[in-house]
Amino acid sequence: MSTTLIRGKSLTGRLKFKGNGSFYLGIGIISLLVIIAAAAPLISHYDPTGQDLLNTLVPPSRHHWLGTDQLGRDVFTRIIYGARIDLTIGFAAVLLPFILGTTLGLVSGWFGGWFDSLLMRIVDTTIAFPFYVLAIALVFIVGPGPKAIILAITLVGWVAYCRIIRAAVLVAKELDYVHAAKLSGLPTARILRKHLLPNVISQAIIFSMSDIVLSILAIVSLGYLGLGVPIPTAEWGSMIQEGQAYILQQWWIPTIPGVMVVITGFGLSLIGDGLVRRLNK
Amino acid sequence: MNFLFYAGKRFLQVIPALFGISIAVFFLVHLIPGDPADIILGQTATPARSKVIHHMLGIDRPIIVQYFSFLNHLFHGSLGKSYVNNLSVTKLILGRLSATAFLMCGGILLSLLISVPLAILAASKEGATRDQVVRVIPIVGLGMPQVWVGIELILLLGLKVHWFPVSGFGDSFLQHIRSTFLPALSIAIGLSPILIRSLRASMLEILEADFVLTAKAKGIGKMRVTLSHVVRNAIIASVTVLGVNIAYLVGSTVIVERVFAIPATGSLMIDAIATRDYPIVQGVTLFFAIVVVIVNLLADLIHAALDPRVAL
Repeated sequence: MSTTLIRGKSLTGRLKFKGNGSFYLGIGIISLLVIIAAAAPLISHYDPTGQDLLNTLVPPSRHHWLGTDQLGRDVFTRIIYGARIDLTIGFAAVLLPFILGTTLGLVSGWFGGWFDSLLMRIVDTTIAFPFYVLAIALVFIVGPGPKAIILAITLVGWVAYCRIIRAAVLVAKELDYVHAAKLSGLPTARILRKHLLPNVISQAIIFSMSDIVLSILAIVSLGYLGLGVPIPTAEWGSMIQEGQAYILQQWWIPTIPGVMVVITGFGLSLIGDGLVRRLNK
Repeated sequence: MNFLFYAGKRFLQVIPALFGISIAVFFLVHLIPGDPADIILGQTATPARSKVIHHMLGIDRPIIVQYFSFLNHLFHGSLGKSYVNNLSVTKLILGRLSATAFLMCGGILLSLLISVPLAILAASKEGATRDQVVRVIPIVGLGMPQVWVGIELILLLGLKVHWFPVSGFGDSFLQHIRSTFLPALSIAIGLSPILIRSLRASMLEILEADFVLTAKAKGIGKMRVTLSHVVRNAIIASVTVLGVNIAYLVGSTVIVERVFAIPATGSLMIDAIATRDYPIVQGVTLFFAIVVVIVNLLADLIHAALDPRVAL
């Protein structure tokens, strides 16, 4: 009983949703996309990289729901297999910056001092680099592929979480429940983890929703530039790039992968907005 | 006087930022595995030849000496020479500068033209239908890849109705504007969701500010209050929001110029990847970071000039 008082409202208590339809719509959209991606081999019996040079650029039909591309690969199959790549890397890429930024922000905000000053200078330097420029430089260094994408997103992405958490800690550490925890002689690590973290992390979780969208956009854009996941793997960005040449005859080939990104972004934004509305109540 | 003092202070803050950038770029490129001599010599590499190249490039010296030499060259405006064609990297970048400038300015202008009116419209009546409609835009728009927006614009406004050229940069000033319109629009459409969201929030704050309430209470017409009190502050807010997102905008030009085959600075860097031309990658990375710092500085100075409270 006493600990609940000191900690304030628990995270799960605050994340209970009532009458927040768009939030559930967002959850629904994202779950559906995840299921489609996971069940891709069950939905389509085509190989996403299997070429059929006798049936290139055929229009949509009963056999090929979205037609085939310039190498005779089934476009629908490539789109659902592409969801696997783009969603997996998109979610995974945000994990590391989330953990790194949150930890650094928590420590920096709590202790302050020289560590905080140094960290803020590093933050200032990092935000001067446009993401895509840094990503291209990293692809140059480590070579194209998921590794470079995740590295680039981590190097740039932690800053946002660090700033959000640090700002929240600066406010929260002056609140009564933190003072109470301090006075009761709890070790610092415990106060940070059990008392401060659950109360400051919500803003970071909200931000992570749009951050996943941004990281999927990064994968798609780098894929388009030929610096992302190497071809012939089915990936939305490289599909857009390959389809660009056939846009007058087969506009849907580059269009549908983009629509998939928009739908993913829509779902995640709805979840993010739902979280904001719930937490601001 | 206050403004000058603020400007001076702000200029001084740029120095550590540039210093940090130079360190980051230098070490970023020196983390590259592999020997640059192998890249230059290719098949003809021998230990003796590699040693000559190492000496030519100065990479046989201690890394800290190399850094100060890099810094020294930087102060003289030199970013080294391309490994491929031995041209000065600074000159290569300057040659592509105008295309990048057209894309950036066009992108900024169009994103303001899109987001400021929408933000004012939404904030003018919080919760009304128009507000709800405008609030949906960022939710849908945030997930639109700019390369994809570019391709759809090419299809709709370039290939179907032939209003705009779909690639290249043109030869005259007017052609430059026509050629960069669609790319700038793609950049703006990508940036607007972020701008609309922040601007709407600032607008709501402004509309509830005391000076607006006072103006309304005095019986000044709604239109006049909006124009003279709110729009002025909206511009200030836009400058700030743009300043914060300038790195995003600069990054957008790099990918969008590729969609429209415009020979701007980003392509210089992307093409250098295939040839392992790392003075170019290093130079362009540094160039873009400096652009961000300078535009940020300008945004802060404009903000201070428009809103004297900043300089206090």
